[in-house]
Amino acid sequence: MAAGSQVVKVGLADMKIAKAPDTIRTSGLGSCVGVVLYDLTKKVCGMAHIMLPDSSLARGATVHPAKFADTAIPGLIRMLEKEGCRKDQLRAKIAGGAQMFKFSSSSEIMRIGPRNVEAVTHWLKKFSIPVTGQETGGSSGRTIEFDPDTGKLFIRTVNLGEKVI
Amino acid sequence: MINKDSFSSVQLDILKEIGNIGAGNAATALSKLLNKKIKMTVPMVRIVSYDEMMQLAGGPDEKVAAVFLQFDGKISGNMFFILSTAKATSLIRSITGLTEFSFDNPDCSELAYSAFQEIGNILAGSYLSSLSDFLQISLVPSVPAVSVDMFGAIITYGLIEISYASDFAIVIETEIKDPSAANGNNSVRGHFFLLPDPDSFKKLFSKLGVES
Repeated sequence: MAAGSQVVKVGLADMKIAKAPDTIRTSGLGSCVGVVLYDLTKKVCGMAHIMLPDSSLARGATVHPAKFADTAIPGLIRMLEKEGCRKDQLRAKIAGGAQMFKFSSSSEIMRIGPRNVEAVTHWLKKFSIPVTGQETGGSSGRTIEFDPDTGKLFIRTVNLGEKVI
Repeated sequence: MINKDSFSSVQLDILKEIGNIGAGNAATALSKLLNKKIKMTVPMVRIVSYDEMMQLAGGPDEKVAAVFLQFDGKISGNMFFILSTAKATSLIRSITGLTEFSFDNPDCSELAYSAFQEIGNILAGSYLSSLSDFLQISLVPSVPAVSVDMFGAIITYGLIEISYASDFAIVIETEIKDPSAANGNNSVRGHFFLLPDPDSFKKLFSKLGVES
């Protein structure tokens, strides 16, 4: 990491932008999916920590766009376009969507991780953004950090060590 | 829609009392199991944003041992019993006699996991059954599930149902600990987190006659 750079932190149901030399990180992805959209020509990226697949089930007065796959992905694209990125230059890396608990009953909540991954994949395809790296599923929590300068995504788990995609 | 001003002080006191009754009974159960004195702290009722939620129990990256179960019935929600891996390790060692065992070892024994699951079951079961006696309603708990992983990755399961309706969660948090070993490694120190589903509060308060 270059001197003077900062780590932009993305919370739960949150999305933000980072520019090189800064990096961007989100912690404790379980069933949630971390999506990074990046433009290597501009060295800009955006990250979202998505909790749920579909905003149409929301009952609240306001829909928090970063919470849902179907609103977070267009939201990230708009944020990146404002930074001067072109949609056809964008690439995606995704991580998370684990099943942290194994219940004997296969309730819907327990399958939320895989459903989040399906939804994210669906919307990326819909916006024609190629997925260049993916580390999803399994049963481990993940903390991820993306470097918009190199396009590398660092993935840390507590039980299975670190990985770079 | 729940926000920080949703509850009156009487209602917050009732939620605290729920934490008191539940964790009090769970502490008694643990005390019998270990044949040790177990203390509990005054429960805290917090209305927290998701980011604040992730900071409870040491932050999202903290490795913890957790038992998670859901309950259903007249009121529904999620319940967690969470210990640091060090505390969970000493708890399991003292119960099973497996002195070599550690939750920090990735391939630790199946027996220890099921012992931890069973303890969680006993504690969460006594928490919920005392609640159900107090409220005179039936609560049906699910089979408990165990995970040893990042706190953030675990606790978000308690937010899934809530997050369709709200950006805040109500957490009733109680800590239990073993007073004989103040800071020693043999002490037990665990947290109960009770996260009722948003629709449950209305039913709960009307049952107790404290509708606002």
